[in-house]
Amino acid sequence: MSMTYSYYKNMQLNNIIFVYQGEVTADLVSSILQMVENKLEGEGEDRKVKKRVFNVMVECLQNVYHHLDALPPTDASSSVRDKTALLMIGREERDYYIITGNHVLNDRIPDLKARLDRINRATKEELKQLYQEILTGTGFSEKGTAGLGMIDIARKSGQKLGYDFHPVNDKYSFFSLEARVSRIPEK
Amino acid sequence: MEALRIESTHKTPRVILDPENGIFEFSGRSIPEDSVGFYAPIFEWFDQYAKNPLPVTHVRFDLEYFNTSSSKNILELLKRLEAIHAAGHEVRVTWYYDEDDEDMEETGQDYQALLNLPIELSVKIQS
Repeated sequence: MSMTYSYYKNMQLNNIIFVYQGEVTADLVSSILQMVENKLEGEGEDRKVKKRVFNVMVECLQNVYHHLDALPPTDASSSVRDKTALLMIGREERDYYIITGNHVLNDRIPDLKARLDRINRATKEELKQLYQEILTGTGFSEKGTAGLGMIDIARKSGQKLGYDFHPVNDKYSFFSLEARVSRIPEK
Repeated sequence: MEALRIESTHKTPRVILDPENGIFEFSGRSIPEDSVGFYAPIFEWFDQYAKNPLPVTHVRFDLEYFNTSSSKNILELLKRLEAIHAAGHEVRVTWYYDEDDEDMEETGQDYQALLNLPIELSVKIQS
């Protein structure tokens, strides 16, 4: 039990509103969205900021839900794949931040990295154009999403996306993504 | 043609498609994980409706939030309306947004740019 206080202090120090580590299901995503929405509502945050945070949160969480690569079972007697991820939302003086972390197959990294770098290099106008191209051009991917999520996150965030790939083993890495939403409403 | 009514949930909009009363409306939020499943019956309804539409079809979108997979389905929906319009029937779309919601306004502009369909952007009256 002695760890409890240090967890608490750590979360407070890092301005964490919410953190979750565990399996990501559709119901869980719904519950988190509702909970954080209520929290933002209760704290009287600027309406526009609140909407943006909610929007970015929806995309980030659903992105994890649709695209995480489940790890094979660690226990040989089990057939349950490990679909755990990390979801974190925090509020600093200037920004809200939304961080997700999940396993991805190493094979997917070059493509993911190229997409993120392209998004981070793009101007506001280029992101708009890219969004429209993907919206009209391609069909749904096999997982039923439009491949638009990250572009939308970048458009609504208005800031660069932070990311990292932490090697886990020869097959998997841990992918973290950070999106920030300014608390200072632009004029 | 029979009306299609779907009640809103935390994740899906209220839908009213009622030709008899001339009401075509989407309101609330559209953030389901499975947006294809939600929109499929709506597409089917419009495919039937397109065979014998009203002289004027006025569709209102009054959405608070939607996710990117819904945005693709909404485009598909608007394309169906575009086809009805192209076939010589009057179709109008009103896209509502909150005065301070530039993101929703911008999405409306995105659709305007992508479609050959009269889409009017309209500031929502604050309730």
